[in-house]
Amino acid sequence: MSKGAYRTAAIAAEIAVPIAILAAWQAWTAQAHDPKFPRLSTILVEFRELWLFSQFELHVVPSLTRIALGFGIALLVGVAIGIPLGLSRWGRILAMPHIEWWRAMPPPALLPISIVLLHSIGNRQKVSFIAFFCLFPILLNTIDGVRGIDPALMETARSYGVGRLERIGRIVFPAALPQIFAGMRTSLSLAVIMMVLTEYFSSTSGVGYVLLISKNTFQLAPMWAAIVLIGVLGYLLNVLLVLIEHRVLAWHRGWRAAAAQ
Amino acid sequence: MSASGVAPVRDAASGEARPRLAGIGARLVPLLAGALSIAGFLALWQVVSKAGLISEQDLPAMTTTFQELWAMMHTRDFWTAFGQTVRGWALGLGIATALAVPIGILLGSSQFAGRAFRVPIEFLRPIPSAALIPLLFLTLGTTLKSEVFLAAFGAFWPLLVQTIYGVRDVDPVALDTARSFGIGRFERLYRIKLPSAVPYIATGLRISSAVALILAFTAELFMGIPGLGQIMNVAESFGLTKQVYALAVATGVLGLAIYMVFSTLERRALRWHPSQRIGAT
Repeated sequence: MSKGAYRTAAIAAEIAVPIAILAAWQAWTAQAHDPKFPRLSTILVEFRELWLFSQFELHVVPSLTRIALGFGIALLVGVAIGIPLGLSRWGRILAMPHIEWWRAMPPPALLPISIVLLHSIGNRQKVSFIAFFCLFPILLNTIDGVRGIDPALMETARSYGVGRLERIGRIVFPAALPQIFAGMRTSLSLAVIMMVLTEYFSSTSGVGYVLLISKNTFQLAPMWAAIVLIGVLGYLLNVLLVLIEHRVLAWHRGWRAAAAQ
Repeated sequence: MSASGVAPVRDAASGEARPRLAGIGARLVPLLAGALSIAGFLALWQVVSKAGLISEQDLPAMTTTFQELWAMMHTRDFWTAFGQTVRGWALGLGIATALAVPIGILLGSSQFAGRAFRVPIEFLRPIPSAALIPLLFLTLGTTLKSEVFLAAFGAFWPLLVQTIYGVRDVDPVALDTARSFGIGRFERLYRIKLPSAVPYIATGLRISSAVALILAFTAELFMGIPGLGQIMNVAESFGLTKQVYALAVATGVLGLAIYMVFSTLERRALRWHPSQRIGAT
Protein backbone atom coordinates (compact mmCIF):
# COMPACT_ATOMS: atom_id res chain seq x y z
CA MET A 1 0.00 0.00 0.00
CA SER A 2 1.35 3.41 -0.87
CA LYS A 3 1.78 6.01 1.80
CA GLY A 4 -1.10 8.13 0.55
CA ALA A 5 -3.50 5.21 0.42
CA TYR A 6 -2.44 4.20 3.93
CA ARG A 7 -3.19 7.65 5.25
CA THR A 8 -6.58 7.75 3.51
CA ALA A 9 -7.45 4.38 5.00
CA ALA A 10 -6.43 5.58 8.47
CA ILE A 11 -8.62 8.67 8.20
CA ALA A 12 -11.50 6.56 6.94
CA ALA A 13 -11.07 4.26 9.92
CA GLU A 14 -10.97 7.22 12.30
CA ILE A 15 -14.41 8.22 11.07
CA ALA A 16 -15.84 4.75 10.51
CA VAL A 17 -14.95 3.08 13.82
CA PRO A 18 -16.91 5.43 16.14
CA ILE A 19 -19.90 5.24 13.81
CA ALA A 20 -19.65 1.46 13.73
CA ILE A 21 -19.53 1.31 17.53
CA LEU A 22 -22.63 3.50 17.86
CA ALA A 23 -24.45 1.48 15.18
CA ALA A 24 -23.55 -1.78 16.92
CA TRP A 25 -24.83 -0.39 20.24
CA GLN A 26 -28.09 0.67 18.61
CA ALA A 27 -28.49 -2.68 16.84
CA TRP A 28 -27.70 -4.69 19.95
CA THR A 29 -30.00 -2.70 22.26
CA ALA A 30 -32.79 -2.81 19.67
CA GLN A 31 -32.83 -6.59 19.52
CA ALA A 32 -31.97 -7.24 23.19
CA HIS A 33 -35.15 -5.61 24.57
CA ASP A 34 -33.41 -5.38 27.94
CA PRO A 35 -34.94 -2.54 29.96
CA LYS A 36 -31.55 -1.99 31.61
CA PHE A 37 -30.06 -1.17 28.24
CA PRO A 38 -32.50 1.09 26.40
CA ARG A 39 -31.95 1.75 22.72
CA LEU A 40 -29.35 4.35 21.92
CA SER A 41 -32.00 6.34 20.08
CA THR A 42 -34.25 6.28 23.18
CA ILE A 43 -31.37 7.57 25.31
CA LEU A 44 -30.68 10.39 22.88
CA VAL A 45 -34.33 11.43 22.79
CA GLU A 46 -34.38 11.38 26.58
CA PHE A 47 -31.16 13.36 26.63
CA ARG A 48 -32.70 16.08 24.51
CA GLU A 49 -35.87 16.21 26.58
CA LEU A 50 -34.10 16.36 29.91
CA TRP A 51 -31.01 18.42 29.29
CA LEU A 52 -31.86 20.62 26.29
CA PHE A 53 -33.02 22.47 28.29
CA SER A 54 -35.97 21.67 30.56
CA GLN A 55 -33.92 20.39 33.52
CA PHE A 56 -30.80 22.31 32.61
CA GLU A 57 -31.29 25.15 35.05
CA LEU A 58 -32.57 22.93 37.83
CA HIS A 59 -29.76 20.37 37.82
CA VAL A 60 -26.98 21.11 35.34
CA VAL A 61 -26.42 24.68 36.49
CA PRO A 62 -25.93 23.69 40.17
CA SER A 63 -23.46 20.99 39.15
CA LEU A 64 -21.49 23.33 36.92
CA THR A 65 -21.50 26.02 39.60
CA ARG A 66 -20.01 23.59 42.09
CA ILE A 67 -17.33 22.53 39.65
CA ALA A 68 -16.49 26.13 38.75
CA LEU A 69 -16.30 27.34 42.36
CA GLY A 70 -14.42 24.31 43.64
CA PHE A 71 -11.96 24.34 40.77
CA GLY A 72 -11.52 28.12 40.95
CA ILE A 73 -10.76 28.08 44.67
CA ALA A 74 -8.32 25.19 44.19
CA LEU A 75 -6.55 27.10 41.43
CA LEU A 76 -6.16 30.31 43.43
CA VAL A 77 -5.05 28.57 46.61
CA GLY A 78 -2.82 26.09 44.78
CA VAL A 79 -0.88 28.77 42.93
CA ALA A 80 -0.78 31.12 45.92
CA ILE A 81 0.73 28.43 48.15
CA GLY A 82 2.66 26.64 45.43
CA ILE A 83 4.85 29.57 44.38
CA PRO A 84 6.27 30.33 47.85
CA LEU A 85 6.72 26.61 48.49
CA GLY A 86 8.55 26.21 45.19
CA LEU A 87 10.89 29.03 46.18
CA SER A 88 11.54 27.96 49.74
CA ARG A 89 13.30 24.74 50.62
CA TRP A 90 12.30 24.99 54.26
CA GLY A 91 8.72 25.64 53.30
CA ARG A 92 8.75 22.40 51.33
CA ILE A 93 10.40 20.45 54.12
CA LEU A 94 7.64 21.54 56.48
CA ALA A 95 4.71 21.24 54.07
CA MET A 96 5.48 18.15 51.99
CA PRO A 97 4.56 15.52 54.61
CA HIS A 98 1.08 17.04 54.83
CA ILE A 99 0.70 17.39 51.07
CA GLU A 100 1.82 13.79 50.51
CA TRP A 101 -0.64 12.52 53.10
CA TRP A 102 -3.70 14.34 51.83
CA ARG A 103 -3.06 13.65 48.18
CA ALA A 104 -2.75 9.92 48.92
CA MET A 105 -6.04 9.93 50.88
CA PRO A 106 -8.86 8.39 48.80
CA PRO A 107 -11.41 11.25 48.55
CA PRO A 108 -14.58 9.25 49.28
CA ALA A 109 -13.13 8.36 52.71
CA LEU A 110 -13.54 12.04 53.68
CA LEU A 111 -17.06 12.41 52.30
CA PRO A 112 -18.91 11.57 55.55
CA ILE A 113 -16.42 13.69 57.54
CA SER A 114 -16.94 16.68 55.28
CA ILE A 115 -20.65 16.64 56.12
CA VAL A 116 -20.12 16.34 59.87
CA LEU A 117 -17.36 18.93 59.97
CA LEU A 118 -19.00 21.57 57.81
CA HIS A 119 -22.55 21.04 59.08
CA SER A 120 -23.76 21.20 55.53
CA ILE A 121 -25.04 19.08 52.72
CA GLY A 122 -25.39 22.10 50.47
CA ASN A 123 -22.95 24.01 48.36
CA ARG A 124 -20.66 24.81 51.28
CA GLN A 125 -19.82 21.15 51.75
CA LYS A 126 -19.84 20.23 48.06
CA VAL A 127 -17.70 23.14 46.89
CA SER A 128 -15.22 22.71 49.78
CA PHE A 129 -14.91 19.00 49.03
CA ILE A 130 -14.29 19.58 45.31
CA ALA A 131 -11.83 22.41 46.05
CA PHE A 132 -9.89 20.37 48.61
CA PHE A 133 -9.18 17.44 46.30
CA CYS A 134 -8.61 19.59 43.20
CA LEU A 135 -5.96 21.49 45.14
CA PHE A 136 -3.24 18.85 45.17
CA PRO A 137 -2.52 18.34 41.45
CA ILE A 138 -2.35 22.12 40.97
CA LEU A 139 -0.25 22.66 44.07
CA LEU A 140 2.26 19.90 43.28
CA ASN A 141 2.62 20.99 39.67
CA THR A 142 3.10 24.62 40.68
CA ILE A 143 5.86 23.63 43.10
CA ASP A 144 7.52 21.50 40.42
CA GLY A 145 7.17 24.22 37.82
CA VAL A 146 8.74 26.84 40.08
CA ARG A 147 11.59 24.53 41.00
CA GLY A 148 12.35 23.84 37.37
CA ILE A 149 13.13 27.46 36.48
CA ASP A 150 16.50 28.12 34.89
CA PRO A 151 18.68 29.55 37.70
CA ALA A 152 20.43 31.84 35.22
CA LEU A 153 17.12 33.65 34.65
CA MET A 154 16.65 34.32 38.33
CA GLU A 155 20.22 35.38 38.91
CA THR A 156 20.19 37.70 35.93
CA ALA A 157 17.01 39.35 37.19
CA ARG A 158 18.49 39.69 40.64
CA SER A 159 21.71 41.23 39.42
CA TYR A 160 19.68 43.76 37.44
CA GLY A 161 18.04 44.71 40.69
CA VAL A 162 14.57 43.36 39.87
CA GLY A 163 12.64 43.17 43.14
CA ARG A 164 11.30 39.99 44.69
CA LEU A 165 7.64 40.54 43.87
CA GLU A 166 8.42 41.59 40.33
CA ARG A 167 10.61 38.52 39.88
CA ILE A 168 7.68 36.36 40.93
CA GLY A 169 5.21 38.16 38.67
CA ARG A 170 7.44 38.40 35.61
CA ILE A 171 9.62 35.32 35.78
CA VAL A 172 8.44 32.70 38.26
CA PHE A 173 4.74 32.70 37.45
CA PRO A 174 5.05 32.71 33.64
CA ALA A 175 7.79 30.09 33.71
CA ALA A 176 5.70 27.79 35.92
CA LEU A 177 2.53 28.35 33.90
CA PRO A 178 2.90 25.41 31.49
CA GLN A 179 3.19 23.05 34.41
CA ILE A 180 0.37 24.79 36.29
CA PHE A 181 -1.83 24.05 33.27
CA ALA A 182 -0.81 20.39 33.40
CA GLY A 183 -2.03 20.33 37.01
CA MET A 184 -5.22 22.12 36.04
CA ARG A 185 -6.08 19.44 33.50
CA THR A 186 -5.77 16.69 36.12
CA SER A 187 -7.74 18.77 38.62
CA LEU A 188 -10.55 19.52 36.23
CA SER A 189 -11.27 15.88 35.51
CA LEU A 190 -11.07 15.26 39.26
CA ALA A 191 -13.59 18.07 39.80
CA VAL A 192 -16.17 16.27 37.64
CA ILE A 193 -15.67 13.03 39.59
CA MET A 194 -15.90 14.83 42.95
CA MET A 195 -19.05 16.60 41.78
CA VAL A 196 -20.71 13.26 41.02
CA LEU A 197 -19.58 11.75 44.34
CA THR A 198 -20.78 14.65 46.49
CA GLU A 199 -24.11 14.67 44.68
CA TYR A 200 -24.63 10.97 45.36
CA PHE A 201 -24.25 11.58 49.06
CA SER A 202 -27.02 13.67 50.67
CA SER A 203 -28.05 15.94 47.87
CA THR A 204 -31.17 17.53 46.45
CA SER A 205 -29.95 18.83 43.13
CA GLY A 206 -27.37 18.23 40.46
CA VAL A 207 -26.65 15.72 37.72
CA GLY A 208 -25.30 13.13 40.19
CA TYR A 209 -28.54 13.44 42.17
CA VAL A 210 -30.65 12.90 39.05
CA LEU A 211 -28.55 9.88 38.16
CA LEU A 212 -29.09 8.30 41.57
CA ILE A 213 -32.81 9.13 41.77
CA SER A 214 -33.54 7.76 38.29
CA LYS A 215 -31.84 4.53 39.26
CA ASN A 216 -33.79 4.32 42.53
CA THR A 217 -37.07 4.82 40.68
CA PHE A 218 -36.10 2.51 37.80
CA GLN A 219 -36.33 5.27 35.21
CA LEU A 220 -33.66 3.81 33.06
CA ALA A 221 -33.68 6.11 30.06
CA PRO A 222 -33.14 9.20 32.27
CA MET A 223 -30.41 7.31 34.10
CA TRP A 224 -28.59 6.65 30.85
CA ALA A 225 -29.18 10.22 29.74
CA ALA A 226 -27.49 11.40 32.94
CA ILE A 227 -24.51 9.10 32.40
CA VAL A 228 -24.13 10.42 28.86
CA LEU A 229 -24.43 14.00 30.12
CA ILE A 230 -21.66 13.50 32.69
CA GLY A 231 -19.44 12.08 29.96
CA VAL A 232 -20.21 15.00 27.66
CA LEU A 233 -19.60 17.53 30.46
CA GLY A 234 -16.24 15.96 31.30
CA TYR A 235 -15.25 16.00 27.65
CA LEU A 236 -16.39 19.58 26.96
CA LEU A 237 -14.76 21.00 30.09
CA ASN A 238 -11.49 19.41 29.07
CA VAL A 239 -11.78 20.82 25.55
CA LEU A 240 -12.47 24.26 27.01
CA LEU A 241 -9.40 24.12 29.21
CA VAL A 242 -7.20 22.94 26.34
CA LEU A 243 -8.43 25.88 24.24
CA ILE A 244 -7.64 28.34 27.04
CA GLU A 245 -4.24 26.75 27.52
CA HIS A 246 -3.55 27.03 23.81
CA ARG A 247 -4.24 30.77 23.91
CA VAL A 248 -2.49 31.55 27.17
CA LEU A 249 0.60 29.52 26.38
CA ALA A 250 0.96 30.69 22.76
CA TRP A 251 4.20 32.50 23.72
CA HIS A 252 5.53 29.30 25.27
CA ARG A 253 5.07 27.24 22.12
CA GLY A 254 6.68 29.95 20.02
CA TRP A 255 9.62 30.06 22.38
CA ARG A 256 10.02 26.29 22.39
CA ALA A 257 9.85 26.12 18.60
CA ALA A 258 12.53 28.82 18.35
CA ALA A 259 14.71 27.06 20.89
CA ALA A 260 14.45 23.80 18.99
CA GLN A 261 15.84 25.27 15.81
CA MET B 1 5.67 15.27 32.72
CA SER B 2 3.70 14.18 35.70
CA ALA B 3 3.44 16.07 38.92
CA SER B 4 6.28 14.22 40.50
CA GLY B 5 8.41 14.44 37.42
CA VAL B 6 12.08 15.06 37.33
CA ALA B 7 13.32 17.20 40.12
CA PRO B 8 16.05 19.64 39.29
CA VAL B 9 19.43 19.02 40.80
CA ARG B 10 19.42 22.09 42.93
CA ASP B 11 17.02 24.73 44.02
CA ALA B 12 17.22 26.76 40.91
CA ALA B 13 14.45 29.23 41.45
CA SER B 14 15.19 30.38 44.92
CA GLY B 15 18.88 30.55 44.23
CA GLU B 16 19.38 30.02 47.91
CA ALA B 17 22.53 28.31 48.93
CA ARG B 18 21.76 25.02 50.57
CA PRO B 19 22.89 24.87 54.16
CA ARG B 20 26.20 23.10 54.06
CA LEU B 21 25.66 20.79 56.96
CA ALA B 22 28.07 17.97 57.18
CA GLY B 23 27.12 14.39 56.31
CA ILE B 24 24.37 12.98 58.47
CA GLY B 25 23.15 16.37 59.66
CA ALA B 26 22.21 17.46 56.15
CA ARG B 27 19.79 14.57 55.92
CA LEU B 28 18.70 14.38 59.51
CA VAL B 29 17.69 18.01 60.00
CA PRO B 30 15.05 18.10 57.21
CA LEU B 31 13.76 14.72 58.33
CA LEU B 32 13.44 15.99 61.87
CA ALA B 33 11.75 19.18 60.71
CA GLY B 34 9.26 17.14 58.70
CA ALA B 35 8.49 14.96 61.70
CA LEU B 36 8.05 18.05 63.87
CA SER B 37 5.69 19.49 61.29
CA ILE B 38 3.54 16.36 61.45
CA ALA B 39 3.62 16.42 65.25
CA GLY B 40 2.55 20.04 65.12
CA PHE B 41 -0.44 19.15 63.00
CA LEU B 42 -1.50 16.34 65.33
CA ALA B 43 -1.15 18.68 68.32
CA LEU B 44 -3.24 21.31 66.56
CA TRP B 45 -5.93 18.71 65.88
CA GLN B 46 -5.92 17.77 69.57
CA VAL B 47 -6.17 21.38 70.75
CA VAL B 48 -8.88 22.40 68.29
CA SER B 49 -11.04 19.51 69.44
CA LYS B 50 -10.30 19.65 73.19
CA ALA B 51 -10.63 23.44 73.39
CA GLY B 52 -14.00 23.16 71.71
CA LEU B 53 -13.16 25.30 68.67
CA ILE B 54 -14.87 22.47 66.85
CA SER B 55 -17.00 20.37 69.14
CA GLU B 56 -15.72 16.93 70.01
CA GLN B 57 -18.86 15.51 68.51
CA ASP B 58 -17.92 16.79 65.08
CA LEU B 59 -14.17 16.41 65.44
CA PRO B 60 -13.10 13.75 67.93
CA ALA B 61 -9.74 14.53 69.49
CA MET B 62 -6.65 13.11 67.83
CA THR B 63 -5.99 10.81 70.80
CA THR B 64 -9.60 9.59 70.80
CA THR B 65 -9.40 8.80 67.09
CA PHE B 66 -6.17 6.86 67.42
CA GLN B 67 -7.50 5.00 70.46
CA GLU B 68 -10.54 4.05 68.41
CA LEU B 69 -8.34 2.92 65.54
CA TRP B 70 -6.18 0.90 67.92
CA ALA B 71 -9.27 -0.76 69.37
CA MET B 72 -10.59 -1.52 65.90
CA MET B 73 -7.28 -3.04 64.90
CA HIS B 74 -7.86 -5.65 67.57
CA THR B 75 -11.09 -6.82 65.96
CA ARG B 76 -11.30 -9.38 63.24
CA ASP B 77 -14.02 -7.41 61.42
CA PHE B 78 -11.61 -4.60 60.71
CA TRP B 79 -8.99 -6.83 59.16
CA THR B 80 -11.62 -8.72 57.14
CA ALA B 81 -12.86 -5.42 55.73
CA PHE B 82 -9.30 -4.24 55.15
CA GLY B 83 -8.53 -7.43 53.25
CA GLN B 84 -11.71 -7.09 51.18
CA THR B 85 -10.79 -3.58 50.12
CA VAL B 86 -7.28 -4.67 49.21
CA ARG B 87 -8.70 -7.61 47.26
CA GLY B 88 -11.04 -5.39 45.23
CA TRP B 89 -8.18 -2.98 44.58
CA ALA B 90 -5.72 -5.69 43.55
CA LEU B 91 -8.15 -7.51 41.24
CA GLY B 92 -9.23 -4.25 39.62
CA LEU B 93 -5.68 -3.04 39.07
CA GLY B 94 -4.57 -6.48 37.86
CA ILE B 95 -7.34 -6.76 35.28
CA ALA B 96 -6.79 -3.19 34.13
CA THR B 97 -3.06 -3.85 33.66
CA ALA B 98 -3.62 -7.13 31.84
CA LEU B 99 -5.91 -5.34 29.36
CA ALA B 100 -4.39 -1.87 29.10
CA VAL B 101 -0.76 -2.81 28.45
CA PRO B 102 -1.31 -5.16 25.46
CA ILE B 103 -3.98 -2.92 23.95
CA GLY B 104 -1.76 0.10 24.51
CA ILE B 105 1.16 -1.60 22.78
CA LEU B 106 -1.08 -2.49 19.85
CA LEU B 107 -2.58 0.99 19.51
CA GLY B 108 0.81 2.60 20.05
CA SER B 109 2.74 0.56 17.50
CA SER B 110 0.18 0.65 14.72
CA GLN B 111 -0.61 4.08 13.38
CA PHE B 112 -3.70 2.70 11.73
CA ALA B 113 -5.15 1.17 14.90
CA GLY B 114 -4.17 4.26 16.89
CA ARG B 115 -6.15 6.55 14.65
CA ALA B 116 -9.11 4.21 14.31
CA PHE B 117 -9.69 4.14 18.06
CA ARG B 118 -8.63 7.68 18.89
CA VAL B 119 -12.13 9.16 19.01
CA PRO B 120 -13.80 6.41 21.09
CA ILE B 121 -10.93 6.57 23.59
CA GLU B 122 -11.06 10.37 23.82
CA PHE B 123 -14.77 10.12 24.56
CA LEU B 124 -14.70 7.22 27.00
CA ARG B 125 -11.68 8.36 28.99
CA PRO B 126 -13.19 11.42 30.68
CA ILE B 127 -16.35 9.56 31.77
CA PRO B 128 -16.03 9.46 35.54
CA SER B 129 -16.32 5.82 36.52
CA ALA B 130 -18.36 6.93 39.53
CA ALA B 131 -21.16 7.70 37.07
CA LEU B 132 -21.42 3.99 36.32
CA ILE B 133 -22.38 3.07 39.90
CA PRO B 134 -26.17 3.21 39.35
CA LEU B 135 -25.81 1.06 36.25
CA LEU B 136 -23.72 -1.47 38.19
CA PHE B 137 -26.39 -1.63 40.89
CA LEU B 138 -28.81 -2.88 38.25
CA THR B 139 -26.50 -5.18 36.33
CA LEU B 140 -23.79 -6.78 38.46
CA GLY B 141 -25.48 -5.93 41.76
CA THR B 142 -23.83 -5.33 45.11
CA THR B 143 -21.14 -7.89 44.56
CA LEU B 144 -17.38 -8.04 44.37
CA LYS B 145 -17.82 -8.12 40.58
CA SER B 146 -19.17 -4.57 40.62
CA GLU B 147 -16.30 -3.35 42.78
CA VAL B 148 -13.70 -4.99 40.57
CA PHE B 149 -15.34 -3.74 37.40
CA LEU B 150 -15.41 -0.19 38.69
CA ALA B 151 -11.80 -0.27 39.89
CA ALA B 152 -10.65 -1.88 36.63
CA PHE B 153 -12.58 0.59 34.48
CA GLY B 154 -11.09 3.58 36.28
CA ALA B 155 -7.56 2.19 36.33
CA PHE B 156 -7.65 1.14 32.67
CA TRP B 157 -7.52 4.60 31.06
CA PRO B 158 -4.43 6.17 32.64
CA LEU B 159 -2.49 2.97 31.97
CA LEU B 160 -3.70 2.72 28.39
CA VAL B 161 -2.77 6.30 27.58
CA GLN B 162 0.65 6.02 29.23
CA THR B 163 1.41 2.76 27.37
CA ILE B 164 0.44 4.30 24.03
CA TYR B 165 2.69 7.32 24.70
CA GLY B 166 5.49 5.05 25.83
CA VAL B 167 5.45 2.88 22.73
CA ARG B 168 5.27 5.96 20.48
CA ASP B 169 8.20 7.55 22.25
CA VAL B 170 10.58 4.78 21.16
CA ASP B 171 13.80 6.05 19.60
CA PRO B 172 13.30 5.73 15.81
CA VAL B 173 17.04 5.34 15.25
CA ALA B 174 17.17 2.32 17.54
CA LEU B 175 14.17 0.85 15.76
CA ASP B 176 15.61 1.44 12.29
CA THR B 177 18.97 0.09 13.35
CA ALA B 178 17.33 -3.07 14.62
CA ARG B 179 15.36 -3.39 11.42
CA SER B 180 18.41 -2.98 9.22
CA PHE B 181 20.16 -5.67 11.22
CA GLY B 182 17.30 -7.95 10.32
CA ILE B 183 15.84 -8.24 13.81
CA GLY B 184 12.31 -9.57 13.52
CA ARG B 185 9.07 -7.82 14.38
CA PHE B 186 8.47 -9.73 17.57
CA GLU B 187 11.99 -9.31 18.84
CA ARG B 188 11.89 -5.58 18.08
CA LEU B 189 8.74 -5.31 20.16
CA TYR B 190 10.25 -7.27 22.99
CA ARG B 191 13.74 -5.79 23.01
CA ILE B 192 13.20 -2.19 21.95
CA LYS B 193 9.61 -1.02 22.18
CA LEU B 194 8.73 -2.58 25.51
CA PRO B 195 11.81 -1.46 27.44
CA SER B 196 11.40 2.07 26.20
CA ALA B 197 7.75 2.04 27.27
CA VAL B 198 8.45 0.67 30.75
CA PRO B 199 8.97 4.05 32.47
CA TYR B 200 5.67 5.30 31.02
CA ILE B 201 3.89 2.14 32.11
CA ALA B 202 5.36 2.59 35.59
CA THR B 203 3.96 6.12 35.75
CA GLY B 204 0.62 4.81 34.53
CA LEU B 205 0.69 2.14 37.24
CA ARG B 206 1.32 4.73 39.92
CA ILE B 207 -1.67 6.79 38.79
CA SER B 208 -3.89 3.75 38.24
CA SER B 209 -3.05 2.17 41.59
CA ALA B 210 -4.44 5.26 43.33
CA VAL B 211 -7.49 5.40 41.06
CA ALA B 212 -8.26 1.71 41.66
CA LEU B 213 -8.20 2.21 45.43
CA ILE B 214 -10.47 5.25 45.22
CA LEU B 215 -12.99 3.32 43.14
CA ALA B 216 -12.85 0.14 45.22
CA PHE B 217 -13.59 2.27 48.29
CA THR B 218 -16.29 4.24 46.45
CA ALA B 219 -18.04 1.03 45.42
CA GLU B 220 -18.01 -0.15 49.04
CA LEU B 221 -19.21 3.18 50.41
CA PHE B 222 -22.07 3.68 47.96
CA MET B 223 -23.06 0.14 47.04
CA GLY B 224 -22.60 -1.61 50.38
CA ILE B 225 -20.09 -4.09 49.03
CA PRO B 226 -18.16 -5.49 52.02
CA GLY B 227 -14.96 -3.62 52.84
CA LEU B 228 -13.65 -0.53 54.62
CA GLY B 229 -16.05 1.70 52.70
CA GLN B 230 -19.04 -0.29 53.82
CA ILE B 231 -18.14 -0.22 57.52
CA MET B 232 -17.55 3.51 57.20
CA ASN B 233 -21.02 3.89 55.71
CA VAL B 234 -22.54 1.88 58.56
CA ALA B 235 -20.61 3.89 61.18
CA GLU B 236 -21.76 7.10 59.54
CA SER B 237 -25.42 6.14 59.50
CA PHE B 238 -25.27 5.20 63.20
CA GLY B 239 -23.59 8.50 63.98
CA LEU B 240 -20.41 6.80 65.25
CA THR B 241 -18.21 9.75 64.40
CA LYS B 242 -15.14 8.39 66.20
CA GLN B 243 -15.24 5.27 64.04
CA VAL B 244 -15.69 7.29 60.86
CA TYR B 245 -12.54 9.28 61.67
CA ALA B 246 -10.57 6.18 62.62
CA LEU B 247 -11.58 4.49 59.36
CA ALA B 248 -10.59 7.56 57.37
CA VAL B 249 -7.13 7.44 58.96
CA ALA B 250 -6.86 3.72 58.16
CA THR B 251 -7.88 4.31 54.55
CA GLY B 252 -5.41 7.17 54.29
CA VAL B 253 -2.60 4.92 55.54
CA LEU B 254 -3.54 2.31 52.94
CA GLY B 255 -3.55 5.00 50.23
CA LEU B 256 -0.17 6.31 51.36
CA ALA B 257 1.33 2.80 51.44
CA ILE B 258 0.12 2.08 47.90
CA TYR B 259 1.43 5.43 46.70
CA MET B 260 4.84 4.85 48.26
CA VAL B 261 5.22 1.37 46.80
CA PHE B 262 4.26 2.44 43.30
CA SER B 263 6.27 5.66 43.24
CA THR B 264 9.35 3.70 44.35
CA LEU B 265 8.64 1.29 41.51
CA GLU B 266 8.34 4.23 39.15
CA ARG B 267 11.69 5.69 40.21
CA ARG B 268 13.32 2.29 39.73
CA ALA B 269 11.84 1.92 36.26
CA LEU B 270 13.08 5.37 35.38
CA ARG B 271 16.59 4.91 36.68
CA TRP B 272 18.18 4.09 33.34
CA HIS B 273 16.00 6.55 31.44
CA PRO B 274 17.75 9.57 29.87
CA SER B 275 15.51 11.98 31.80
CA GLN B 276 17.11 10.75 35.01
CA ARG B 277 20.65 11.11 33.79
CA ILE B 278 22.08 14.33 35.07
CA GLY B 279 23.46 16.43 32.27
CA ALA B 280 22.10 14.19 29.55
CA THR B 281 20.52 16.97 27.59
